[in-house]
Amino acid sequence: MPGQRPASADQAALLSALLEHDLLIETGVPGVYGRGGVFEDVREGVAALVTRAAAAEEPLQLRFPPILPRSDLERVGYLKSFPHLAGSVFAFNGTEAQATEQQERASRHEDWSEFQEMTDLVLTPAACYPVYPAIAARGALAPAGLTVDAGGAYVFRHEPSGDPARLQMFHQREIVRIGEPHLVEAWRDAWRERALELLGRLGLHVKLDLASDPFFGRSGRMLMASQREQQLKFEVLTQIAGPELTAVASFNYHQDHFASAYGIKLADGATAHTACLGFGLERITIALFRTHGFDTVAWPAEVRQRLWDR
Amino acid sequence: MTEEIRQIIKNHGRLPIDVDTLALDADLYQAGMSSHASVTVMLALEDHFDIEFPDLMLNPTVFESISSIEAAVSELRSKAEVS
Repeated sequence: MPGQRPASADQAALLSALLEHDLLIETGVPGVYGRGGVFEDVREGVAALVTRAAAAEEPLQLRFPPILPRSDLERVGYLKSFPHLAGSVFAFNGTEAQATEQQERASRHEDWSEFQEMTDLVLTPAACYPVYPAIAARGALAPAGLTVDAGGAYVFRHEPSGDPARLQMFHQREIVRIGEPHLVEAWRDAWRERALELLGRLGLHVKLDLASDPFFGRSGRMLMASQREQQLKFEVLTQIAGPELTAVASFNYHQDHFASAYGIKLADGATAHTACLGFGLERITIALFRTHGFDTVAWPAEVRQRLWDR
Repeated sequence: MTEEIRQIIKNHGRLPIDVDTLALDADLYQAGMSSHASVTVMLALEDHFDIEFPDLMLNPTVFESISSIEAAVSELRSKAEVS
């Protein structure tokens, strides 16, 4: 099992404050927290802000549970790129005697994994993953392509950390654009600007930067360098808890990676390109508490107005 | 060595064109090699030539043409002979 990323003093202090104010609720596992009512109020306000910002595009609304068919994770090569972050669902499939033995070991908090078998499910690692097979199943795209609002689904990344801005289970508010390459790129570029403005108006100090995904291993180094060279990923960064800046939104141009995997075709039969944008709702919410304080009633009127129209 | 590299690209580069007709300095990425395919090429080169690309060489410019790959492989092999 990989070790837990240690938290900086600043990160540990922020986590303590969030727990103390009942914004996050301790579960005993680093990076997995309950949310208090005030926290959820802010998170839902941010999610609704994104919904309004995307409304003019009249996106197709699709929602999925936070689990994914295992075959989809396998098909897009997730286990090659991010084997260290994946979470797979295993379940018991044995005899009564084995069930008894499993319970005995579990009651002593010992290893009971030998009684577990792989199921057809994995935890969803990114909110856009279920969108691609669903769109492929609808046949060729219209000439203008398609925008999909995938909502704000819970996603899982196995990276236990003491940093409250690095959760194992969090909401990703995702929108996906599928179509011709130039349309997809133009959409990504427009949203980069829109997202900076949207988050800046909430009083966050944000900046845009070229980024890469945390690909695994030596192959991963090459993929990261290649992703940067092709300028496929950008992030909006802000200061949450130091030392580094934290990404609160990302813009990802997948070229034909997902469309090839599922056979998503343009009207003329060519393979489509896709891009997605994801807002990390918990990170934005925590950044807002860090910036404006733990009492939302005392937040600047303009920020309250934007989040809740009140 | 050039032909061995060409064969590895043919087997692992998943190029949509005939690798035999590729010029030595032709850009493999422009010819349609994906970044994921270039990783497979990298691992196959390591396996075939019994070398390990150091971290600094794990970037797309090293793998962008037959001649750039040949230069990198030659460099690593000559270092291996010295040490």
